[in-house]
Amino acid sequence: MSEMNEKLVFDRPKSVIDRATHYCPGCHHGVAHRLVGELLDEMDLAEKVILTTSIGCSVFLYNYLNVDAVEAPHGRAPAVATGIKRARPEHFVFTYQGDGDLASIGMAEIIHAANRGEKISVIFVNNTVYGMTGGQMAPTTLIGQTTTTTPAGRCMTHEGAPIRMTEIIASLGGVAYAARGSLDNVKNIRKAKKYIKKAFEFQLSGTGFGFVELLSACPTNWKMTPLAANERIQKEMIPYFPLGVFKDVSEEGGIC
Amino acid sequence: MTKQAERIFVKGNEAIARGALAAKCKCFFGYPITPQNDIPEFMSSAIIKAGGDFVQAESEIAAANMLLGAGAAGVRAMTSSSSPGVSLKQEAISYMAGSEIPAVVVNMNRGGPGLGDIGPAQGDYYQSTRGGGHGDYRHFTLGPATVQEAYDLTIRAFDIAFRHRTPVLILGDAILGQMKEPIVPWEPENIDDEPGRDWCLDGKTPDREKRLLKSLFLQEGELAGQNKHLQAKYDAWEELTECEQFETEDAELVICAYGSIARIAKSAVRKFRSQGKKVGLFRPITLYPFPSKELKALAEQGKRFLTIEQNLGQMLDDVRLAIRTVADSDFYAIYPGNLPTPDELEEPILNSLEGK
Repeated sequence: MSEMNEKLVFDRPKSVIDRATHYCPGCHHGVAHRLVGELLDEMDLAEKVILTTSIGCSVFLYNYLNVDAVEAPHGRAPAVATGIKRARPEHFVFTYQGDGDLASIGMAEIIHAANRGEKISVIFVNNTVYGMTGGQMAPTTLIGQTTTTTPAGRCMTHEGAPIRMTEIIASLGGVAYAARGSLDNVKNIRKAKKYIKKAFEFQLSGTGFGFVELLSACPTNWKMTPLAANERIQKEMIPYFPLGVFKDVSEEGGIC
Repeated sequence: MTKQAERIFVKGNEAIARGALAAKCKCFFGYPITPQNDIPEFMSSAIIKAGGDFVQAESEIAAANMLLGAGAAGVRAMTSSSSPGVSLKQEAISYMAGSEIPAVVVNMNRGGPGLGDIGPAQGDYYQSTRGGGHGDYRHFTLGPATVQEAYDLTIRAFDIAFRHRTPVLILGDAILGQMKEPIVPWEPENIDDEPGRDWCLDGKTPDREKRLLKSLFLQEGELAGQNKHLQAKYDAWEELTECEQFETEDAELVICAYGSIARIAKSAVRKFRSQGKKVGLFRPITLYPFPSKELKALAEQGKRFLTIEQNLGQMLDDVRLAIRTVADSDFYAIYPGNLPTPDELEEPILNSLEGK
């Protein structure tokens, strides 16, 4: 009886499939997936979408979104998405890539797709490690951060400095929009959704390339509780990877 | 098929580009490398005029992955390169084979290994016929020997790619790419895209399930199932082999050669025939699937064989596998950078003919 009176106040977006998650507790991929799913619903994009997934934990995004999808080789998602968009310019094409995929092995593909101003959107999940392979150093790993391949901590003189992708992308000619958000708290999550929406709008208007970086937690590979991982984003990541809009061709200004 | 009466005088590279346009290729993804540059150069304007799109990619890796994307979207697309560049494309070719994404890839074979040279060579035969990337797969490989055939086989390559959902490789060489010959262009009347487009990514509408093109199969037994499915597909291709046989009927010695080398061998065969010597030519057109049955039938007639390739003996393996229960093949190697005249083939052919 009481069940009959229960009122559903929070549900999955229509574009998100009802299935158990394979992500670890405290992982932010689920939050990022949901933001994308909400926007596909709100912007009525689900029937227009061709999703390009990448390699790493996020390859399984195609199991969670109820849209057509293709699996790109490691780092190549922006090239695959370029091919899809050039073949079907009327469709909505986006990639979803982690930091190992996008900022290391896929550096050439992301830079050139952005520079050509491909009319695609890129969601870049930065959690400072290779997640799926077990927590090795990524291009975004912070100085001093211990990983399975930097057991003594990342060292500037041996491994170089962590790469700030959004700043690099913002400097390229074909880019319409580049922003960095964070998924560590509700305020930031709401802001991140606005960034993603803006990037999507730039594709729909045919303006140019849209890029949104999302600072995310990987508690398992950071060897932290989900709460401590969230705190790390605030204390360590945001100071090095500042949040905000780095390029927005629709308005003067932004951070740059 | 309608034949257009008009003849044109073009390089093999341009013939391939024109063949692709006749086959309604809509996207071309290129990267400069000698000796295939005429293809992207021609396509950069011609495919745009035909209402398609052209991208000069940042690398051969990216070009092949753009091809993967366009193919996944169910659109006819092509990339071209030469040996070192084709090595870089192998990653995407493996993914396309695993995900069953159709595409056409051109390799105008140059000398190797490494940077090699920019002259004709056949050193990429193994890579082209064994599945050149990682994993257990094959793809169709077509070996044109004339500029007209380069045009014709390019049209055929698109039909095969979409009918069988597979990457198709056109394996030419520097000579074929750079040589000009008159050709008669033609337009296919029907685009043969069986088994339809019910697999391609064109947006999930409410009336159908979502579509997923992937090569990752982690559940127990899943990958084995996929590999068995692929194997069955490759086995069925055995019915689709194609070859040219020239003067083989009464031949005592059959020369096995493909591509440009087969043309030179054909001239040598003509010369031997004019002297009354019984020499013939067996030229595989489909390098994978290899026309083994046709070759074995010749072996069963008691003929002897000489394989001539511009490499150290790669197709030789396929020749021997085909005839292994009844015969063997001699071999004569031509090295890169040294294209022989028909006269230079006289001695090795004579040696085999006389059983030396």
